Amino acid sequence: MNLAQIIQYCLSGITVGSIYAIVAIGFNIIYNTTGIINFAQGEFLIVGAMMAVSLTKVVPLPVAIGLAVVITTVLGGLVEVVFIRRVRDASVLRLIVITIGVSILIREAMLHIWDEKVRSLPYFTGTDVSTISVMGAHMSPQVLWVLGVSAVIVTGLTLFFRFTLIGRAMRACADDRMAARLCGINDRWMVTLSFMLSAGIGAIAGCVISPVTQTQYDMGAPLAIKGFTVAILGGLGNSIAAIAAGLILGLLEVLMMSQFQAAYKEAVSIVVLLLILVFRPSGLFARRDVSSLRAF
Amino acid sequence: MGGRRYIPLIAAALLIVAGQPVLWAIGRPYYMTQITMSAYYALVVIGLCLLMGYAGQVSLGHAGFFAVGGYTSAVLTTCNLLARQNEFPIRWFRWLGLLVERQDLYGQAMLCFSPWAAFVVAMLLAGLIGFSIGLPVIRLKGHYLAMATLGFGLIIYRIVQGAPVFGQADGISNVPPFELFAGLEVNGRPPYRVQNYYIAWVAVLAAMLLAINLVQSRVGRALRSIHQNEEAAHSLGVNTFQYKLSTFVLSAVFAAVGGALLTHYNGSIGPSEVTVMKSVRYVSIVAVGGMANLWGALVMGIVLNFLSLRGVFGTYDDAVFGVILIVIMLFAPQGLLRMPTLRGISTLFSRRSYG
Amino acid sequence: MKARSMGVCGVLVAGLILGLAGCKKKSEAPPIKVGAIFSVTGPASFLGAPEEKTAKMLCETINQSGGINGRKIELIVKDSGGKSENAVSLAKQLIDEDKVLAIIGPSTSGETMAIKNICQEGKTILISCAAAETIVNPVASYVFKTPQKDSDAAKYIFKAMKQKGISKVGVITSNDGFGMAGKAQIAKLAPDEGITVVISETYDKQEADLTGVLTKLKGQNVQAVINWSIVPAQALVAKNMKQIGLDVPLYQSHGFGNIKYVQAGGAAANGTVFPCGRLLVAESLATDHPQKALLVKYKGDYEGKFKEDVSTFGGHAYDAILILAEAIKKAGSTDRDKVRDALENLKGVVGTAGIFNFSAQDHGGLTMDAFEMLTVKDGKFAVYKN
Repeated sequence: MNLAQIIQYCLSGITVGSIYAIVAIGFNIIYNTTGIINFAQGEFLIVGAMMAVSLTKVVPLPVAIGLAVVITTVLGGLVEVVFIRRVRDASVLRLIVITIGVSILIREAMLHIWDEKVRSLPYFTGTDVSTISVMGAHMSPQVLWVLGVSAVIVTGLTLFFRFTLIGRAMRACADDRMAARLCGINDRWMVTLSFMLSAGIGAIAGCVISPVTQTQYDMGAPLAIKGFTVAILGGLGNSIAAIAAGLILGLLEVLMMSQFQAAYKEAVSIVVLLLILVFRPSGLFARRDVSSLRAF
Repeated sequence: MGGRRYIPLIAAALLIVAGQPVLWAIGRPYYMTQITMSAYYALVVIGLCLLMGYAGQVSLGHAGFFAVGGYTSAVLTTCNLLARQNEFPIRWFRWLGLLVERQDLYGQAMLCFSPWAAFVVAMLLAGLIGFSIGLPVIRLKGHYLAMATLGFGLIIYRIVQGAPVFGQADGISNVPPFELFAGLEVNGRPPYRVQNYYIAWVAVLAAMLLAINLVQSRVGRALRSIHQNEEAAHSLGVNTFQYKLSTFVLSAVFAAVGGALLTHYNGSIGPSEVTVMKSVRYVSIVAVGGMANLWGALVMGIVLNFLSLRGVFGTYDDAVFGVILIVIMLFAPQGLLRMPTLRGISTLFSRRSYG
Repeated sequence: MKARSMGVCGVLVAGLILGLAGCKKKSEAPPIKVGAIFSVTGPASFLGAPEEKTAKMLCETINQSGGINGRKIELIVKDSGGKSENAVSLAKQLIDEDKVLAIIGPSTSGETMAIKNICQEGKTILISCAAAETIVNPVASYVFKTPQKDSDAAKYIFKAMKQKGISKVGVITSNDGFGMAGKAQIAKLAPDEGITVVISETYDKQEADLTGVLTKLKGQNVQAVINWSIVPAQALVAKNMKQIGLDVPLYQSHGFGNIKYVQAGGAAANGTVFPCGRLLVAESLATDHPQKALLVKYKGDYEGKFKEDVSTFGGHAYDAILILAEAIKKAGSTDRDKVRDALENLKGVVGTAGIFNFSAQDHGGLTMDAFEMLTVKDGKFAVYKN
């Protein structure tokens, strides 16, 4: 294998890895504020992309994407208000089951609204055949968009959580909800906001990867599973680690595929998930003293 | 007091026996086909109810155990060992009576494992896999346990979908009927319809008997205490890990039995039995029936699977289960039968189960 | 005299009235019940959805023109969701309860194999819309299928390759039934045609990015790529190949049969070569081509009625109902064995996939001529001329 091939493989791995990382970040935002794992996270990506595809028929691409993101964000808030907020006795089992139900509902709604056909957004720059060359390896410019948008999302979120009042309020809720409430923070709205934020970045991610991976109504669930694997791999709640974990998983999959049969590629993420859960559920990057499982 | 717990069982048995002439009377004897299939799915649900309701462990991958049972039976009873009949292990199996000679549909001679041998292997394998998976996974909590079981289900799906021996995406067909004894067979053909209706229900009632006895025994009380408050139970000397693991293994074996029997009934099995949606269906049925309500789970399992198999839900099949999940969890988390309005009816069944 | 003639008139009139009343009382002949199992939803919905629409449309057309032998067709459609256990349950329903004469479908090979024995033993004619060879080999007397043979598609591809002087190929297939069947045929037939399969990889049917697999092929210096899959991978392969700079000819399977896949591939789809039924190039056929009239009509009706592009998969359902109707007409009755015999002896029936000639050994009815090599030019389908 020459250098060009290695770089080609790495690019492939990093591209899918960054997609997984964005889904994982969406999980982490909600998890941090509420302790809930939102099984419907994957669906937000697809809803955003589907809506953008429909909107591009009437408005130009950037406007379509913007609108789709806004609508999906509102959808995320709705999901929280209608389904999650009512759950008074918040046992883990109930929450898991509800978010699974929500993800099924959203998926079936997409099937009946948009039907089963595969769609995709047009490439942001260039066409389906344009390719750029990096050190002998070729790729579509859309890959740069994916990496770029992921980086922007991560930086934006870091700044948001560290420097804005709302961001800090959400972190306060994550740390200790009762104390946050005592400080006058409206924790219920923080929960809704976390869902909206997750839905929003999910929609952005869905739109940016749509030209690369295409969009079909049932793509949400596999994405969610991989995203969850990455989130746990990095440590639930730790978004920076999620990025690293996403890249690791992406590269690992490509490594497996280049050395062995491509057919086993899917097994890699499941095996990683099981191994991590069995041996180090707190994630690769967790500090030892915080390694005890969150009590549910 | 000991005898009263069996009243619901006897009542159910009577209902089932009465069901057959009633169906004949209303001119719908063929409903027995879907009822039989639903009964086999109900075996999975009963096991899952023990696990989720009594031991308090969620499992999003139970369709995987169903597949272990079904595919093991299918592979062993359809693999043709005729070409290798003189090789060492095959001769020995034959001598032990584990193999059976038969002809397939097209007249070709085949040498395969007997359905009984395959059935026993399926149960043992499910128990073994349940034990090996349960050992590392049971000590996880909440979301982690859910995802681990989901991962298990996915691994099984990938294996059966990818390995040629399991028929890959097409699954395995031409699975022979399962000859039980005294001329009874698990067989999907029309002449055997009534017979199979009773065979399926005998299996289900036997499972219920086992489950009810378990729930009302020391083990059941220990399980309930674990479910209520694991640390308290632990401090009282209850070996929480062992009980949870045993329940996990038992529910795995129940699911495998359901899988094996249904595979013989249908004559085929495919990867569609191991999808995440299937596992979610089992969970939603247990939830609707009431997490710790064996009879509720059974009734709901029969009703929902029956309707689904008859295509009543049309293109909204998956959506129905999603809606059920949400509605039940939001409005009736103790299950449909425990809603205040239905309390009166349900106490007849549920009161006694807490002995 | 008058009284007698009046009496005669009265009798005549009474007879006339009774006769007319008797005519009015004679109700329409009972409809012919035909069942259909399609995967309208679920992972095979790209097959089942057009098949369901086509089946309903064709039955309506037949009924509007008076039905078959004066009897209307009653089509009972069930959605199996792509699940074989649902197919089993629905097949039993159709056979035991609705007592249908024939079952059209299912859409996938796995489901068909699950109900093959059930239909055979229930003496119900099964005309499957799935392509696996095992459906008709070994032959079961009541079981037929309408799609073309995968082996013929593979042979066609190899012939086209040989003409271009290609001998080393890389093969990638999806891991669903369609892909695996293609992979098997390619592996079996390549040596006979002098083609060497240098590398053969399987990918998950829901794979989001194929650059990794294609990089592996690129490293093996293949002269062409064969991709055997269905949506969404087909368009993805075309795009990814161009993006990573793998500039060799791309051959696809007959799963590429819908203009939407070309649109999804955009500029990258141009130049793809694949064997297919002639439905997609109906307009460009010669006027005296036996299939032209039927194909143009089907395309026009389907696109007019459902406002979506026609696909070759819907054509399989069209052919199934067509040959059933022909068989019933020929048999002159709806006795199962008579219809089955008539079906088995149909020759020269013009369908969307090709011209069907059945026999006791051949329940598929199509040969390599059913295929036409197509390519994509400027975003449209065109006949491939080497």
